[in-house]
Amino acid sequence: MSENKKLVEIEHLKQYFHARGTRGKKQYVQAVDDVSFYIYKGETLGLVGESGCGKTTVGRTMLRLYEPTEGRIIYDGKVLFDKDAGISVDMMPYRRKMQIVFQDPYASLDPRMTIGDIVGEPIDIHSLVSDKKERHDRIISLLQRVGLNSEHANRYPHEFSGGQRQRVGIARALAVDPEFIVCDEPVSALDVSIQAQVVNMFEDLQSELGLTYLFIAHDLSVVRHISNRIGVMYLGKLVELADSYELITNSLHPYTKSLISAIPVADPVTARANKRIPLAGDVPSPVNPPSGCRFRTRCPYADERCAKEVPGFKEVTSGHFAACHHLDKVK
Amino acid sequence: MKEKLLEIKDEYLSFFTPAGEIKALNGVSFSMEEGEVLGIVGESGSGKSVTAYSVMGLTAFPGRLVSGTIRFNGHEIHKMTEKDFRKIRGNEVSIIFQDPMTSLNPVYTIGNQIEEVIKLHTDKTAKQAHDRARELLELVGINEPDKRLKQYPHELSGGMRQRVMIAIALACEPKLLIADEPTTALDVTIQAQILELMQELRKKLGMSIIMITHDLGVVASMCEKIAVMYAGHIVEYGTTDEVFYKPSHEYTKGLINSIPKLNTEETERLVPIEGQPVDLMNPPAGCPFAPRCSKCMKICLRQMPPKTQLSETHYSYCWLRQKEEAQKGATEE
Repeated sequence: MSENKKLVEIEHLKQYFHARGTRGKKQYVQAVDDVSFYIYKGETLGLVGESGCGKTTVGRTMLRLYEPTEGRIIYDGKVLFDKDAGISVDMMPYRRKMQIVFQDPYASLDPRMTIGDIVGEPIDIHSLVSDKKERHDRIISLLQRVGLNSEHANRYPHEFSGGQRQRVGIARALAVDPEFIVCDEPVSALDVSIQAQVVNMFEDLQSELGLTYLFIAHDLSVVRHISNRIGVMYLGKLVELADSYELITNSLHPYTKSLISAIPVADPVTARANKRIPLAGDVPSPVNPPSGCRFRTRCPYADERCAKEVPGFKEVTSGHFAACHHLDKVK
Repeated sequence: MKEKLLEIKDEYLSFFTPAGEIKALNGVSFSMEEGEVLGIVGESGSGKSVTAYSVMGLTAFPGRLVSGTIRFNGHEIHKMTEKDFRKIRGNEVSIIFQDPMTSLNPVYTIGNQIEEVIKLHTDKTAKQAHDRARELLELVGINEPDKRLKQYPHELSGGMRQRVMIAIALACEPKLLIADEPTTALDVTIQAQILELMQELRKKLGMSIIMITHDLGVVASMCEKIAVMYAGHIVEYGTTDEVFYKPSHEYTKGLINSIPKLNTEETERLVPIEGQPVDLMNPPAGCPFAPRCSKCMKICLRQMPPKTQLSETHYSYCWLRQKEEAQKGATEE
């Protein structure tokens, strides 16, 4: 990691979506509520949480694929968006620097475009090349970079397996030489043996090109493998953030603890000895989240204070943040 | 020796598509005793679901059993007609599907769907069936069962729907429960709840379970025996400990190595299995895994390896093991 320079930073980011309320009352899905973090240059920040916790929305809002409801987004020292100051810059030049790889390699590639055109489209949009020959060469070199070859350029997405399609999605993101890539569950749809291939490729690309990643996934073991630091989200809130080894071995928040204990371990002896910390019930609706701490309805430590006060996101030890009133009690 | 509950011998099953024959199962044999929990692991397309579905006669058109025998609980499944199947499905063998969102009927209440199974297989009255349904919901840990019975699937969360699916599957106390990726669509914390529930129910009711999954973590905690499938073959079979601690097929080793470890301080580089899964339309002549195997020999490409018995419960199909066995035999002599 290079001298701790922050590349991307979000402050108090909120993203509310309209939901149809009953009897004309407007309701909002509070997908992301007051989330702040930063990512150092060259670092991988992992973001984990269950479905509906807002991790994907954070990734997309950072790139301003959604217009944030509130908050600030800073990229490389420049403010891209600030609700209070009314700043909202033109994203076009920043799209070259910030890219995304989507979860579903089947839905994110246009079935009627050849692989060459899919990878070439960002090159055309940003007019990165002057002639056809150069465009062709660039596409081929991108495909080779992700482990495909030149013949693949003329084929269509349906001719490829899931793992190969995900490679195409990565090549498309790399086409504009970005600095920062949001990887939104890039390996979730893949089989285990293929998953490892793609994870290794992400690591190689990072060391070759000096990329910075926001790596979003629900699989904590994959995130642990690739990330320098990990953030855990629950119902639109960031509940804990720490160095990845620290987070796994010394987690503070009761939600993180039960999340880690719930992961099925691929080792029979440990698995049999493993004590799960069960969580009662289901995730509440983000339309009417619980008052105070959002985790309190499923938390074994919850008391009255949790219902009244929203716990602050505090730095407990150096670089280890958590949002909970009862950190001293949690074991 | 205990009575075999399920015995599959040399099952070949193909899908006859307009584009050609897809050989989904190529000589699958295994057996299960009563009360046993078997995990079938493999990648998508390895034939794990097809194997289990064929026990229930749920092979989808244009799939057909080409040869082989399946015996289950005294029935000769391979000879059975659709009419016979209706008697055992939901009664002696039942199934939980991967996606609880799509496997419940959206226009009937939960109560309706549970009672349907009970009325079909027993001569209980409507009232008795209703009570039984209520009892089942309690059994699978759903609170306020009376309220839930009147609700429709869309009113329940994913974890709750999967519990309802389990309730339906258990309605007639089947001998064998097939769970086809029962937790893949669920979040980890909900997955932990469901796995816990299945283990509890198994202890309580003493049924056998076939657990189909691609997640080695799930089988490690749940199963006693594991069958590893690749391209329509069982490439390795053994007790959970044997398969995890003494993996003998290169594919199994690859699978275990490609899982990221959670609690090591330094992250090692993952060891992926190179290459792409097999095209079942044109499977390779020899060992199906040979094209992706790092220790592939000449013979692997030509001939399917024979079975190597490693212990009473453990066997695999790999030429390397054959070679080792031969050498061992030679030194002993």
